[in-house]
Amino acid sequence: MADKKENIRNFCIIAHIDHGKSTLADRLLEKTDSVALRDMTEQLLDKMDLERERGITIKAHAVRLDYKAADGDTYALNLIDTPGHVDFNYEVSRSLAACEGAILVVDATQGVEAQTLANTYLALDHDLEIVPVINKVDLPSADPDRVAAEIEDVIGLDCSTAPRVSAKTGLNIEQVLEKIVTDIPSPVADDSLPCRALIFDSVYDSYKGVIVYVRVKEGKIKPGDTLVMMASGASFTVVETGYMRATVPQPCEELSAGQVGYITASIKTVGDARVGDTVTTAANPAKEPLPGYRKVNPMVYCGIYPADGADYEALRDALEKLQLNDAALSFEPETSGALGFGFRCGFLGLLHLEIIQERLEREYDLDLVTTVPSVVYKINLAGGEQIEIDNPTHYPDPADIVSCEEPFTDAHIYSPSEYVGTIMDLCQDRRGVFKNMDYITTDRVDIHYELPLNEIIYDFFDTLKSRTRGYASFDYEITGYRQSKLVKLDVLLNGDIVDALSFIIHSDKAYSKARRIAEKLKDNIPRQMFEIPVQIAIGGKVIARETVKAMRKDVLAKCYGGDITRKKKLLEKQKEGKKRMRKFGTVEVPQEAFMAVLKLDDND
Amino acid sequence: MTDCRALYIHVPFCRGKCRYCDFYSLTPHGDVVKRYVSALIRRLEKTGMTFDTVYFGGGTPSLLGVENISEILKNVDILPGCEITLEANPSQIGSEEPDFDFDLLSKSGVNRVSIGLQSAVDSERKMLGRSAGKEQVTKAIERLRNAGIDNISLDVMTGIPGQTPETLKSTLDFCVQSGAKHISVYMLKIEKNTPFFKMQNQLNLPDEDTVCDMYLQTSGFLTGAGFEHYEISNFSLPGFESRHNLKYWHCEEYLGLGPAAHSFADGKRFHYERDVEAFIGGCEPVCDGVGGDAGEYVMLALRLKEGLEFTRFFEKFGFMPGDAFLKKAKEIEKYGFCVVSPDAVALTVKGFLISNTVIYELIQAL
Repeated sequence: MADKKENIRNFCIIAHIDHGKSTLADRLLEKTDSVALRDMTEQLLDKMDLERERGITIKAHAVRLDYKAADGDTYALNLIDTPGHVDFNYEVSRSLAACEGAILVVDATQGVEAQTLANTYLALDHDLEIVPVINKVDLPSADPDRVAAEIEDVIGLDCSTAPRVSAKTGLNIEQVLEKIVTDIPSPVADDSLPCRALIFDSVYDSYKGVIVYVRVKEGKIKPGDTLVMMASGASFTVVETGYMRATVPQPCEELSAGQVGYITASIKTVGDARVGDTVTTAANPAKEPLPGYRKVNPMVYCGIYPADGADYEALRDALEKLQLNDAALSFEPETSGALGFGFRCGFLGLLHLEIIQERLEREYDLDLVTTVPSVVYKINLAGGEQIEIDNPTHYPDPADIVSCEEPFTDAHIYSPSEYVGTIMDLCQDRRGVFKNMDYITTDRVDIHYELPLNEIIYDFFDTLKSRTRGYASFDYEITGYRQSKLVKLDVLLNGDIVDALSFIIHSDKAYSKARRIAEKLKDNIPRQMFEIPVQIAIGGKVIARETVKAMRKDVLAKCYGGDITRKKKLLEKQKEGKKRMRKFGTVEVPQEAFMAVLKLDDND
Repeated sequence: MTDCRALYIHVPFCRGKCRYCDFYSLTPHGDVVKRYVSALIRRLEKTGMTFDTVYFGGGTPSLLGVENISEILKNVDILPGCEITLEANPSQIGSEEPDFDFDLLSKSGVNRVSIGLQSAVDSERKMLGRSAGKEQVTKAIERLRNAGIDNISLDVMTGIPGQTPETLKSTLDFCVQSGAKHISVYMLKIEKNTPFFKMQNQLNLPDEDTVCDMYLQTSGFLTGAGFEHYEISNFSLPGFESRHNLKYWHCEEYLGLGPAAHSFADGKRFHYERDVEAFIGGCEPVCDGVGGDAGEYVMLALRLKEGLEFTRFFEKFGFMPGDAFLKKAKEIEKYGFCVVSPDAVALTVKGFLISNTVIYELIQAL
């Protein structure tokens, strides 16, 4: 029976982006009849539209598959899907901690990539049994032998029996299922100990409250028990326990050691059931929580403002709703002279930021203005005090600053060797410190740099992709803070600081950036009734200046007889144009001007 | 409702199409002119209104021929002292032997003629596709005067490809010396659906600053010669303002007949479709909605030198422009674009140049 502990397999699938993780998951569901063929939409596990569109998994889910193996027994296979992006590294690590094994999917046309390695090392850190699977063997450019050799060379995994599959066509999927049964160990589990269950995901549901996904490591939990979150101390009465089928939840009497499932307990926000926390019961509490819990802190901040000030409340509602489901998202009200009322929001990384922004615009139909993303800087003040700054507006007077520190990352770029030159140029330009370079194979390299986080949060990945025609892959980890020469650039229009455009930058880059910003603004601010000086300053010192000349001509000097409607239409058009303007002091600044400055990249 | 109004007649015929023009006109063919005149007269008979200004605009109204103009005017109930304007092409009325009865024109009641000179410089007119110049205009004016029509207006254009402040000066010199009582100065605007639109990149158009300079130059020169700059694009010797056009700017009602003609009647604005056959067929004008609100009134009044006179505004709408309006006006006055007095707000010449912006800002503050 599938309920026997030795018949349980808890596993996840890890892969570099686009190597076919989600497609393989779909095939596994299909082959185990977990989902009727007619219900199959592509990539069932990625439930959010956005995930499906971007081909990435944002939130992990767990699904139980019943599989009748070649040995005649039926096994309960718990597939725990993991987010596939570096921004969600901590969530990935918690998902891995819930498993005994991992399927490593490698694209037979591509080979080992940055996230292949990063995820593998992460899985090895959790002592997972790794089952390599070579995917996309149906493609004409597939070279499974070369890729198998690469996996053996680079990672040191035996690939002699690795299934060679096509998740797309369904070829050899049974081999993968058999491998899960034979290679991945069953959980070591003791029902008699006090309950300890690891939360690896939590999702807000408007009917049931938060659905907490757990891996029970020891003991049992059942409806009616009082559960306690060991890190937060919060307690709730368990309403329901169960496990997920591909499309519907399946309630069960209890969850016992070794099992993966969900708990509902009328929990109001995911902040009360944080990923990584340990669930125990009040009746028989565990002494120690499971190791590895940490509260994830946002790494990237930016201001988000409604384009139309009247949407402020709607924006707050939308953020609150998103936060119900995303404990890593933080926000607090912020006021900007230029943009009015909005929120300072914190994110795990730039992808996280983009996802939230897109969801706000798409699902909540909001028009937004976002300010330049900023990392968290540490500033050492003359009085010996250290402050953390995530908003350039709060940057202290330069006279009070002794030194500044900025977060650094350890970054690996994997690329065909022909792009080494261009990648090194890029990293050098982004103030990178070269560490070393390894040849993975004769024509593929691993370039290792230390890069400041603020140089990569914005457009680094896009630039890297375009300069290497999409071949390079990238992975980074935040390592700590280092001293750095930072300055704050202020933009002044007609003598007034536009707070929303201020940002913190390394002093070596200040002058060239300042000149480009001034030019962009000059080109994008329409002429007004008076001359507008555009100045970029550090402290009180102006380092770049342009001028938007006063408007001279905006007139309908033509004979239209009695065609007054034409004149009126002209005024209407003017009104439309004004709607997209932000009044700042005396100066009207169109949204495009903000965007032009915010989107300034290396190509400008 | 007064029954004494302005009458605008749109004559949609031209011998050829000028390359910059997007007004509705076509080359007359068959008996279209005859049928148009009949359709016009049928409508005039039904108006039952009395008019104190009549304006034949186009197109090229002079192309109708004096007999038709006279026939049309016989069907208009005209008050004594009515201003009756005819737009005319100098290539027609200033040609060597014009087939045009100036005496009959005068007898029919026409007492004001607006001649489309555009430029006294041959190369500039050639660019615009217009042949008749100084010589023809001089002749036309002489003939009109001999027939007793002394109230002559000339149309001049700025921003013509190749135009410079010097060439503009020679055009303006000619206009002043010609004895014209009224001069309209328009800026060339490149309109979609014109040949100029397609070729605008090849046109040697004066840049924006030069066009602005030329506007200020025109205003300075003509006011120096005794003309009043009484509206954004219009200059006249004292007492020779276009009474008809003033009605537009004073937000008064008017009846417009002819394809593409606009009307303002009973508080609503209308226009006829740009389709001469539909007009002949008896089509009704299309309603553009309610007109004449305070915003529209301000928009039009600010085009005039006299500007927005508060008492007139109060008489019409029963309230005074508020503090926000005056505050905005004073702010704009600081930049030199308008002048605020206890009785009125009026744009300066510099303000005329950016009147769209100034008017918009003031209406928003109304």
